[in-house]
Amino acid sequence: MPENRRPLSPHLQVYRPQITSILSITHRATGVTLAFAALLLAYWLASAAYGPDAFARAQDVMESWFGRLVLFGFTFSLFYHMCNGIRHLGWDMLWGFELPTLRITGMIVVVTSMALTVLSWLMAYGHVGKL
Amino acid sequence: MINTPQQKRSLQSKLGRVRGLGSTREGVHHWWAQRMSAVALLPLSLWFVYSLINLAGSDYTAFQAWAGEFGNSVFLVLLVVTMFHHAQLGLQVVIEDYVHSEIWKMGMLLFVKYGAVLFAASAIFAVLKISLAG
Repeated sequence: MPENRRPLSPHLQVYRPQITSILSITHRATGVTLAFAALLLAYWLASAAYGPDAFARAQDVMESWFGRLVLFGFTFSLFYHMCNGIRHLGWDMLWGFELPTLRITGMIVVVTSMALTVLSWLMAYGHVGKL
Repeated sequence: MINTPQQKRSLQSKLGRVRGLGSTREGVHHWWAQRMSAVALLPLSLWFVYSLINLAGSDYTAFQAWAGEFGNSVFLVLLVVTMFHHAQLGLQVVIEDYVHSEIWKMGMLLFVKYGAVLFAASAIFAVLKISLAG
């Protein structure tokens, strides 16, 4: 496209990874991941509408070690996207753009989302009585 | 934008050229819809995760009883609508950022947007069926 010679911003490959850029691309990656989680939610609800057999099959798939691994990933993606989303809403209200603040809120997002993920799974295992 | 030779030759006024091309106050609609759905998803997803924790290990009957409860059915429908709306808004931006071929971009946008409606409709109908059958 010869008519399109506008300057480009630095590409991901030539940009030194920093906490700001890593957290930013992780927000996008977890967002795309959560779109797949939404598909699983639709499948799960639809299986229940189909009847006990279909629901049991869906439950079996999700209770397998692979199913639980995927669900664990979805849980982290949800909490990360949620915590970093709150960070985004702060920026929308012009809060938190200073570099030190960015680093601190970024670390809070990482630690909080990991803690909430582990806490949720501990509570779920506790509920089943396997803890 | 107005410096290409073709545009310099045009007799159309500058105002005429931009009329109909601008945002006409609709430019922030996508951005705003993304934020509004995000805010709604905060309590909805927290409620959903909390519900899933309490549903762990449940059988079909227990699930049916939970999903059939009026408040839970309403929240499930709201969650599905808001989640798929937010997801297709986000995926649209990702596609527009990374897919540069016009035909592929259009195809993927159609796929994502129609897919979101299809899956959301299925999920909503499933909730209604469980809820109304109980």
